[in-house]
Amino acid sequence: MAAVTVDVATAAQVRRRADPLLVVSATCCLLLIAVALVGGWLAPYQPDEIDVLAASQGPGPHHWLGTDSLGRDVLSRALAGAALSFAGPLLIVLGSVVLGTVLGVVAAWYGGWLDQMLNRLLNVMFAVPGILVAVIASAVFGAGFWAPVIALTLVYIPYAARIIRSAAVRERQQAYVEGLQLAGVSSLSINTKHVLRNVWPLIVAQATIGLGTALADFAAVSFIGLGVQPPAAEWGVMVAEGRAEILDGAPQQSLVAGLCIVVTVVSFNVLGERLAARFGAAR
Amino acid sequence: MTATTDVTPVRAMRAAVRPSGIGARIATTVVGAAATVLTASFVIFAALSLAPGDPVSLLLGPHATDEARTAKRAELGLDDPLLVRYWHWLTDALQGRFGTSFTYREDVTTLIGPRLETTLLLVAMAAVLIVVVGIGLGVLGGVSDRWSAVVSAATGLGIAVPTFVAASVLISVFAVQLGWFPTFGAGDGLLDSVWHLVLPALALSVGYGAYVTQLTAAAVREEAGKEHVVTSRGRGIPHRLILRRHVLRNAALPVMTASGLALAGLVAGALVVEEAFGIDGIGALLVKSVSGKDYPVVTAVSLIIVVVFVVVTTVIDVAQVLLDPRQRRAA
Amino acid sequence: MNSPPLLDIRRLHLELTGSRPVRTLVEDVTLSVSPGESVGLVGESGSGKTLTVKAAMRLLPSTITATGAIDFDGRSVLEMSRRGLARYRSTDVAMIHQDPRAHTNPLRTVGDFLVEGVVATKQMKRDEAIERACALLGEMGIDDAPRRMHQYPHQLSGGLLQRVMIAMSLLHEPRLVLADEPTTALDVTVQSEVMAILVEQVRGRGLGMLFITHDLDLAAAITDTLVVMYAGTVVERGPAPVLYRNPRHPYTAALLASRPSTTQVKRLVSVPGRPAAAHEVGIGCVFAARCPFATDLCRDERPAERDIGGRTVACHRAEEIGSELERDVVA
Repeated sequence: MAAVTVDVATAAQVRRRADPLLVVSATCCLLLIAVALVGGWLAPYQPDEIDVLAASQGPGPHHWLGTDSLGRDVLSRALAGAALSFAGPLLIVLGSVVLGTVLGVVAAWYGGWLDQMLNRLLNVMFAVPGILVAVIASAVFGAGFWAPVIALTLVYIPYAARIIRSAAVRERQQAYVEGLQLAGVSSLSINTKHVLRNVWPLIVAQATIGLGTALADFAAVSFIGLGVQPPAAEWGVMVAEGRAEILDGAPQQSLVAGLCIVVTVVSFNVLGERLAARFGAAR
Repeated sequence: MTATTDVTPVRAMRAAVRPSGIGARIATTVVGAAATVLTASFVIFAALSLAPGDPVSLLLGPHATDEARTAKRAELGLDDPLLVRYWHWLTDALQGRFGTSFTYREDVTTLIGPRLETTLLLVAMAAVLIVVVGIGLGVLGGVSDRWSAVVSAATGLGIAVPTFVAASVLISVFAVQLGWFPTFGAGDGLLDSVWHLVLPALALSVGYGAYVTQLTAAAVREEAGKEHVVTSRGRGIPHRLILRRHVLRNAALPVMTASGLALAGLVAGALVVEEAFGIDGIGALLVKSVSGKDYPVVTAVSLIIVVVFVVVTTVIDVAQVLLDPRQRRAA
Repeated sequence: MNSPPLLDIRRLHLELTGSRPVRTLVEDVTLSVSPGESVGLVGESGSGKTLTVKAAMRLLPSTITATGAIDFDGRSVLEMSRRGLARYRSTDVAMIHQDPRAHTNPLRTVGDFLVEGVVATKQMKRDEAIERACALLGEMGIDDAPRRMHQYPHQLSGGLLQRVMIAMSLLHEPRLVLADEPTTALDVTVQSEVMAILVEQVRGRGLGMLFITHDLDLAAAITDTLVVMYAGTVVERGPAPVLYRNPRHPYTAALLASRPSTTQVKRLVSVPGRPAAAHEVGIGCVFAARCPFATDLCRDERPAERDIGGRTVACHRAEEIGSELERDVVA
């Protein structure tokens, strides 16, 4: 009993205090998305503008982040490549969250046989590591943009479905659901208007974290050559193209692209975690 | 007082009957795992059958005669329905025959053998790092308030750095700048190989290790906050003993699950590292085979990756059942 | 009372550490337990009774700061050294917790749980401890004690497990027992059995006991002294029969009046509003918001404890409203 008192008191403090990490990470994420949208116009050079005379230079007054082995401006490539780096992951997260939500909510609602079947299906999907799915997808569909998008969407569905199913099951067990059922409200209505509305914040938090992870995974597939192909300025491709340059002592393309990826993943991870914490405390 | 009070607790515990419920549960788990592998392998096989490229042309080359083509098609059973083809492949695979590589014209098994050794050495080194450093840091972060924030920040960063980025940074700093390690390849002989694989193993262990650290710290912290720990403190039991017997031992179960999950995915994760460091392991072989449409190799390596994953996770599941007394039926 | 009190709590004040504005949890609590005396600490959720008892064992989290005095046999508990505290917890005092399942480690046997306290603090050798534990379990009415010692907590029912908890608390022969609602988490049918065993042991050994409960009837039946708490303060304390038959504080009277009668059919009386926590009440009397007798003085000034009619009560109007309260209490 006393523990409840202490918890209520401290939880109230948590809710009222502004969350600096949330604000900082949200700002970073918004900035990154902005760069993805307008990066191409902000770039001082064209991302594929070759200037052999300026090849493999370090940071300098003309090229703030240096150039790669073909003399292309690293900063411009990073800015322009942001769009392509984000596009795939956005589709992946959207697809996997939507499909995962449908599967999770349906399984939680009907339970029984359907839930067990879904569980077995998810087990099979979990058993094949993501990178392998991406590799096989590129075998079937050919390397490029779409193979990793399809593959990673499939890979992420089980994670989304499991988490959302747990939350939906908890929600389904709340007393108000039975009340609504007894009042004759349709299953579809209960799920969309009530269950989803309460589970929605969790979905958003998970999707945020998922965006960062998808970006890293998508870049990884491009890195091994089975995703977006050079000369596209996607960040994963840039890290791959920069490999030879690293051996020549000019790591700027790889490191800048790598840094972009890390900053993005950290920002979205932190934002997602802070959102999940805030929504968890509010329940 | 009956004779049973003379029995020491340890002997009595060993004599305690293990209810048959556990045996059945383990059997179910193993059968389930086998079913999962079969389903996954079928899906992969079916997907690859849709992939572009004509095996006959790849095997016989562009100048083969029509008769040779027809004969080859019959030999490979390419006109059989999908399930039949899968069945033949499966029965062959279970006997260790994975067919012939389209690109190399050799037995797939001979192609995989040495490369598998390399990959396994890499994975083993990464596994040691993950278990020793990952869990160690996790315990530190969970137990010590002072280190908790540092460990938390470090894992946050570690999880955010993809394996290929870690690889690039490591190569740039330790191989090119400092020259402490070679930049690519897997070397010859055991000692040379280990030296070559230090950076790759490090790159591989960063992401998975951070995940293990995070879960370990969370498990330790959760166990440390349990009410029975308060009870033990209230009995005056020394702190060190409480930590060992009640916090760490209880956290061992979830930590084992997390570590198992990480280790299970290492072979797949090694793929990216092998590409980054130019290591000729089965991951690199897989990528090459996909580009070259060498589907027997792709199928075989995919099967290996899936089997490793499922076997490791199943072993962990079974261990959970055996080690958790709550899984035993109430007497 | 000639002998010095076993447990002496004077003006105990608990607040959330570093909270601004200050969040009080327990305010100005004074009570004592003499050797052989059973004291009942009665209150609803949020009254601060569990926190008070935890403070007496120094088991409060660092998020709570304690000021005031808590003495055991003349020694200050709040200022004890680590070694002194360990000795105090392991030999002088024992705590029985509310939910035995939450307070036992599910991965260790009942036997390990029982003997861990005395063995880890070097009071007994393991064999001797096991023998004594078995004997104690026998006194608790558990016949197959040796078998139970090798079982895990989940294999025992709640009532059985709580008896184990009681045995655990008596094994090191403490002088003071702190029982935190020991039967609340049990089935109703089992509650009286466990209570009977507890009372028999405590009285039989002449131990001091601080018994926490929200059930005033139960407390009055088994204790010598009652202490009634509301919103983190003591509103009335004194000899059990005196308070029970003749309450002087409106809250005590309300608690008594709100019990369903077993002899008459009458409307169930309840106090409007809900129990408040210490940080939710204003500057006046803590019960003012719900008290039918509250005046402006009650709302502005917190009443000090005064000795009236053989007990101590914190109420401005204790003398005036005494007769009204007697009317409400129906046997």
